[in-house]
Amino acid sequence: MEMPVPNPAVLARKARVVERLSAVLPASAVIHDERETRAYECDALTAYRCPPMVAVLPSTTEQVSAVLRICHEEGVPVVPRGSGTSLAGGALPTADCVILGVARMNDVIETDYDNRFIRVQTGRTNLSVTGAVEADGFFYAPDPSSQLACAIAGNIAMNSGGAHCLKYGVTTNNLMGVKMVMMDGEIVDVGGAYLDAGGLDLLGVICGSEGQLGVVTEATLRILHKPEGARPVLMGFDDNEVAGACVSDIIKAGVLPVAIEFMDRPCIEATEAFAHAGYPMCEALLIVEVEGSDAEIDHQLELIMEIARRHNPVELRQSKSAEESAAIWLGRKSAFGAMGQINDYMCLDGTIPVSSLPHVLKRIGELSKEYGLKVGNVFHAGDGNMHPLILFDANKPGDLELCEAMGADILRLCVEVGGCLTGEHGVGIEKRDLMHVQYAHADLEAQMAVKDVFDPQWLLNPAKVFPLDASDARRQLPVAAE
Amino acid sequence: MHLPQTEAELAELIRDAQSPLSICGGGTRGVASPGAPLGTSGLSGITLYEPGAMTVVAGAGTPVAEIETALAAENQRLAFEPMDHRRLLGTTGEPTIGGVMSANVSGPRRISVGAARDFLLGVRYVDGMGSIVKNGGRVMKNVTGYDLVKLMAGAHGTLGVLSEVSLKVLPCPETAATLVLHGLTDAQAIAALAKALGSPFEVSAAAHDPAAGETLLRVEGFEQSVSYRISQLQNLLGGETTVERDSAARWAGWRDVTAFAEAGEDIWRISCKPSDAPALVAKSGAAGARYDWAGGLVWLRTVEGHDVRAALGRYDGHATLVRGTGQQRFQPEAAGVARITAGLRARFDPRGLLNKGLMG
Repeated sequence: MEMPVPNPAVLARKARVVERLSAVLPASAVIHDERETRAYECDALTAYRCPPMVAVLPSTTEQVSAVLRICHEEGVPVVPRGSGTSLAGGALPTADCVILGVARMNDVIETDYDNRFIRVQTGRTNLSVTGAVEADGFFYAPDPSSQLACAIAGNIAMNSGGAHCLKYGVTTNNLMGVKMVMMDGEIVDVGGAYLDAGGLDLLGVICGSEGQLGVVTEATLRILHKPEGARPVLMGFDDNEVAGACVSDIIKAGVLPVAIEFMDRPCIEATEAFAHAGYPMCEALLIVEVEGSDAEIDHQLELIMEIARRHNPVELRQSKSAEESAAIWLGRKSAFGAMGQINDYMCLDGTIPVSSLPHVLKRIGELSKEYGLKVGNVFHAGDGNMHPLILFDANKPGDLELCEAMGADILRLCVEVGGCLTGEHGVGIEKRDLMHVQYAHADLEAQMAVKDVFDPQWLLNPAKVFPLDASDARRQLPVAAE
Repeated sequence: MHLPQTEAELAELIRDAQSPLSICGGGTRGVASPGAPLGTSGLSGITLYEPGAMTVVAGAGTPVAEIETALAAENQRLAFEPMDHRRLLGTTGEPTIGGVMSANVSGPRRISVGAARDFLLGVRYVDGMGSIVKNGGRVMKNVTGYDLVKLMAGAHGTLGVLSEVSLKVLPCPETAATLVLHGLTDAQAIAALAKALGSPFEVSAAAHDPAAGETLLRVEGFEQSVSYRISQLQNLLGGETTVERDSAARWAGWRDVTAFAEAGEDIWRISCKPSDAPALVAKSGAAGARYDWAGGLVWLRTVEGHDVRAALGRYDGHATLVRGTGQQRFQPEAAGVARITAGLRARFDPRGLLNKGLMG
C-alpha cells in the first residue's frame, strides 16, 4: 500500500514541534522518543506499519484544541487515534505526523435516563459505555465485535456497526451530538440531547468521516432499555441459495430479528474443529435471534421456524435457555479465532443486496479456486454485510499481495451487484485505491469538497479514504506552503 | 415552470441557469424561494423494489402515495411515518419522496425507528454547478466514503436537487394499540412518557395533548406481544387509562398536526430535550401546544409574528417556523457551525442558485 512521501520540512521541525507541544501538555502526554513512538506504528491492520514523528495523549478538549492549533500553525499532519482497532488502517501514521490519541479521555460526563442519553468523552470504550448504564437496565446499542477495546471516537470516525444493527441501526443512528475540535483549534458543538438538526445535518457527515473533518472529543449517545430477554434459533441448510431465500422470507414475513448471522461450510468446519460448538456439517448455517419476554420470543421463534421448515433445513435447533443460547453463539463468536488458527487471514467487509447472496457466494468460491486461497464466509445476512475471510501465509513471499488482489476482486464483485466496498470497517488505506470502482470523479470531488471546508489545508488524516491520485493536489497544499 | 424529464436534463438546466431556481417537489410545504420554479415531477417512478431486502429505489419526484401503495401490497411501509403538510398549511399538490427527504420529514414513530434521514440509503443529485453526484447506495450498511446522504437529507434542496433516492423500508406490524392516560398535567405526562420509554416494552409513539388531557402511548407488533406490553405499561404507569385498538386515524392526525390546521396563527416546531418541554411551553407565550416524541418535539401555535425564539431564550435544541412569515424560518446557528454551513453552501452551490436564502 503506497503512502505519501513524508514532508522533509516537517521532519526538520520535529524539535520545535515537540517543544511547543510540551508547553501545552504534561511531559507524560508527549511521546517523541523513537523507541516509544513505535507503539503507535500501526492499528489492527498490522500488515502496514510506520512510527509517527510524535504521539500526544491529551486529557481535555482544551488540550486537543491547543495541540491542533500548534500543528495547524506548523503545517504538521495529524492522525487521530481511538484505541487503534481499525481493520482498515484508519489510524496508520505517516513518518511526518502527530498521532493524537484520545485514550486518556474516557470520562462519563452526564447520564440522563429520563431523556435516554449519555454524554461521554470519546476515548471511552464502546463496551464501557454500556457498562456505565447497565446496572440501571440500559445499554448502548451499536456493538462492533471489537467492543471490549474499541473507542467511541473510532466508532464515530468509522460509523461502526455490529451484529444487532438490523434492529438498532449503526453508530450514526444512535449518535445525537458531538463536541469537535477543528484542525485550526476551534471548538464546535454539533447536535445535542435533542433529535434532528436545526439546519444542515453536519452530524450525519461528521459520523463516518474517518477522522478527516475534526477530532471528536465528546459524544452524546442514545441509550435504550434492555429487552426482557433474547434467544436464537440455529438452522442448517444444504444449499447457500436456500439459506439466502430463507433469510429473505423471514424478513418479508414481518418478523424483525435483532440479528441474522450466516456461516458457510469452510467456516463451519474451521469453527467446529476449534470450538466444538456442535454445529451441523452443512453448506450454510443461520443463527437468528429475537428479543422480548419469554412468551414473545417463543412466538417469534415459532414463526421463524415455520418459515425455515418450508426450506427443508437439515438442522433446526431452538434455544430454550441461556445455556443453549450460549452454545449456539459459541461457534459464531469463535469464527474469526478459528480461521486465525488455520492461517493468517484478511477480513473483507463489502455489503451486497441480500438478493445477490447466492450469486456472490458462488463467485467467491470460484475466485478462491482461481487464486488458490481458501475463503470462509461469516457475516450479517440480514443487512447483506459480508465478511469473507481470505486465508494466506504472511511468511510466504507474494502471498499477501495475492490475497489483496483477490480481496480487491471480491470487493469489485460487491460493487458490481449493487453493493459497496465497506459496510462497517471503513475505507482507511485498505480500500482507498478501490474507491474509483464505486465512485466516479464527480462523486469523489463532492466528498473531498466537504473536507476542503472543514480542513482547508488537508492536514487531518490526509492520506486516507480518497485514492492518492485523486487527493494529490490537495495534499500538496501544506508542502507548497513551506 | 422548468420540468426536466431526465436527470441529464436537470443537470443541463442547472449548468445553464443564469438566475436562482426555486425547487418544488409536490409544493405541499408552502415554501417558495426567489427565482423560476423547478419541478421534479418528470423524475418520477419506482425503479426497483425488493421486499426481501427491504429496499426501494425511486425518482425524487415520485408521489409518496405511489410508494406507499406499492409497499402496502407487500405488507411493508415507510416506517418513519412522513407528515403530510397539506391540512396544516392549507396547501394542495402531492407530497413527493424527494420533498420528504429534502426536509427530513418524520412523524410520531421517529422516536422508535429513527428519522427520514435514517431510512435514506442512497441519493443521486445535481449540485449547483450542474454535476451529477451519487452517494451511498441501496444496501443497509455502507461506510464507503463520506455520508453525503445525511447531508442531503434536511438540506431543503440548498446543496443540490435530488434526482433519485433509495430507501430502507420495514414490514407492517400485525397490529397496534394505543394506551390513553387521562387527566395528567404537562409535567406529569412527560414524566409518564419518559418512564414508558425507559421500559423494555417498546413504545412506537408517545404524545401528550394538553387540550384534551390525553397522554398517548402506541405499541405495535404481533397481537400477543401488543396485548402483553399494553398491560405491562398499565401496571408500570397506573392511573386512569383506556386502551384503543383502532387508533390509526388518531395517529395520522398527530402526524399531520391537524389540530392546529385552522388558519390565522403561526405554527412553530420545537426540538428539545423532552424533560425541558413543559417549562419551554410555559414560557413560550404560545396559545396552544402539543407534545410529540415524548416531549422531544413540541408544536406551538402563537399569534402571528410572535418571536418564540426570543421568548424561549437559550436551551438545548432549536425552533423552526413552519407556518407564518414574521420571523426567520430556521434557527440561526452558532458562529462556528454557521461558518461550516456557509462553506458547504459555497462549495455545493457556488452561484447561490438553489433555494437561495431558504435556510438562512
